[in-house]
Amino acid sequence: MTGRIEINPITRVEGHAKVTIDLDERGEVARARFHVLEFRGFEKLCEGRPFHEMPGIMARVCGICPVSHILASSKAGDRLLGIEVPPAAVLQRRLANYGQVLQSHALSFFHLSSPDLLLGMDADPRTRNLFGLVAQDPDFARRGIRLRQFGQRIIELVGGSRIHPSWSVPGGVARVLSSSACDELKGWLAEAYATVDIALTRLKQILDRHTEEVEHLGSFPSLFLGMVDDEGRLAYYDGRIRIVDAEGNVVADRLDPGRYAKYLDEASESWSFMKHAFYKPMGYPVGAYRVGPLARLNVATTAGTQRADRELREFKQRSSGAVCASFHYHLARLIEMLHAVEKIEELLDEPELKSHEIRAKAQLNRRQGIGAAEAPRGTLFHHYEVDDDGLIVRANLLIATLQNNAAINRAVEQAAKRFVRADGLQEGMLNRVEAAIRCFDPCLSCSTHALGQMPLSIEILDAAGTVVDRLARPDQV
Amino acid sequence: MSVKTLKIDGEMVTGRAGETLFNVAWDAGISLPRLCHVGGLSDVGACRLCVVEVEGQSKLAAACVTPVEEGMVVHTNTERLREHRRLLIELLFAEGNHVCSVCVSNGHCELQDLAVQLGVDHVRLRYQHPKRGVDATHARFGLDHNRCIFCTRCVRVCDEVEGAHTLDVSGRGASLKIICDLGEPWGQSETCTSCGKCVQVCPTGALYLDGASVGEMEKNRRFLQYIVTAREKREWIRKG
Repeated sequence: MTGRIEINPITRVEGHAKVTIDLDERGEVARARFHVLEFRGFEKLCEGRPFHEMPGIMARVCGICPVSHILASSKAGDRLLGIEVPPAAVLQRRLANYGQVLQSHALSFFHLSSPDLLLGMDADPRTRNLFGLVAQDPDFARRGIRLRQFGQRIIELVGGSRIHPSWSVPGGVARVLSSSACDELKGWLAEAYATVDIALTRLKQILDRHTEEVEHLGSFPSLFLGMVDDEGRLAYYDGRIRIVDAEGNVVADRLDPGRYAKYLDEASESWSFMKHAFYKPMGYPVGAYRVGPLARLNVATTAGTQRADRELREFKQRSSGAVCASFHYHLARLIEMLHAVEKIEELLDEPELKSHEIRAKAQLNRRQGIGAAEAPRGTLFHHYEVDDDGLIVRANLLIATLQNNAAINRAVEQAAKRFVRADGLQEGMLNRVEAAIRCFDPCLSCSTHALGQMPLSIEILDAAGTVVDRLARPDQV
Repeated sequence: MSVKTLKIDGEMVTGRAGETLFNVAWDAGISLPRLCHVGGLSDVGACRLCVVEVEGQSKLAAACVTPVEEGMVVHTNTERLREHRRLLIELLFAEGNHVCSVCVSNGHCELQDLAVQLGVDHVRLRYQHPKRGVDATHARFGLDHNRCIFCTRCVRVCDEVEGAHTLDVSGRGASLKIICDLGEPWGQSETCTSCGKCVQVCPTGALYLDGASVGEMEKNRRFLQYIVTAREKREWIRKG
């Protein structure tokens, strides 16, 4: 029986996407693909706008990780001005970025993936969500929500608003950070450490129960790309690019993010609106790579903070080379949260953070500017070309989910082949396909405008396109 | 000078002959919504937001260009007027490209403030999304035609206060446009003195200081009262 199973839309991810699973004559999975269904057009709509407005406009790309876009955008603006940003502005930007890593990872782990991990992949989909988690383990759920709140509060106090703060601008930042704000944030630290510790312990406890998922939700060799500083430590704001292979060998190091086009390229596939990024010297698809928490921990020699380093050493022992199981994105995310809390504590003690010297001013000095930063989901590049008057002529955004696209597709196919059987289709089978996607925490629309429950319906079509089986949530049958 | 006595919103008020309803109402403590009127410049009745009802007249009258008359009975805040003003604001939003969230004047914009004040929480008209550009050729200022509401404050301040008359209006209807000199890029204008008065009187983010980012463009119009007082009364003092 040839046919196609469609999972549309994917639930508990940020944005709208679907998966199609093609079946062969024996009813087994022949091919599975991940399709992103949105078109945002940001690169086009900003043409003709002054580059000073870019951080504000580009922040709107995403409601979850606006700070990443603001940072990459204002860094590109810094380059256009050709100036050095005051140290206090750099510290503020770093602090907000860690706040965002924390809140975004907390959202991914506690709100989106915990229901699978703690309630079970085959649990009733009606309760396999945050509310089900609240019912089963209210303290754990509350802690997760509070941890995210801490990250959001950092962004709010530094940037002026929780979502789309427009404080970071070409040349620096527009607001001085107050002492009272720093004091308030310090008050959150103890609880944040405790929550991350609890989450780490819980995840490690359940890993044994998920050996099949670890092996089949996107476990394959690939390149990994991320930013590190000159000592090989994790760097989210201003590192240089390092690429390692599946054995953990450094393939390329100290690459300038400002010259990304020299070594990164994008390939198009006829079945997806989203392109596939690859490392140029190795070509496509061999040069396809992964970014994000798993990749960052694979490329970093050390984390650079005490507690996270202890976890990182243990993490690296999970494989003789790089950790290739995409399921371990979850664990990597938690280790990054620990690192973020430590860095936040470090930054809050920096006296320079509260300095009033926050912005350098200059006229337009260059025609091209590239800014890069590590977003929660991976390395983010903003590339602008302007005319003589500073109006955008061309903008190119290389976002993390695009760079993970090839890997997500591979993970989806691997999971589908392992878990999906057309005869006797079970919801839990398809949830594992979705869970493979959730490992990457993709940011699809980069906004969360869906309200209420998303419909999940799966149809099996025969070769002629006739529906032979349909599976839907009980309230939608 | 003859004095006119009239009634505004039930209150007896007096004004000098030739004085506008807007100013008499202002002196009586009644602030009418406006986007084109600004103290110190001539009035042109462009925005029509200060319209009032005058008993005995079927047409609404723009208070900024209507002289007071003896025995007038004026209403400034009826439901008919509120609905009329809401529609005017909606027309302005639909006509240009006003995206508050990414605008340099977000939080400091007279159009935005009025929309909030008048309860405009949505626009019932189809947005026109006109293709308008940005003139960023000037070294210090920018002119974003997308955000222009054609109040002509910039044109008037440039002519009446600075005396340069660099800015003017060209076209009709949908092709209406603020131009510099005879349509040259602003940076090439031979008459512009780069004084920046136009930027400060602009009620929206259409005119801005170069380098301003989202929400950073706060306008300061105190200079206008200072110059007008100095010119008219030979008193170089800043009030308020």
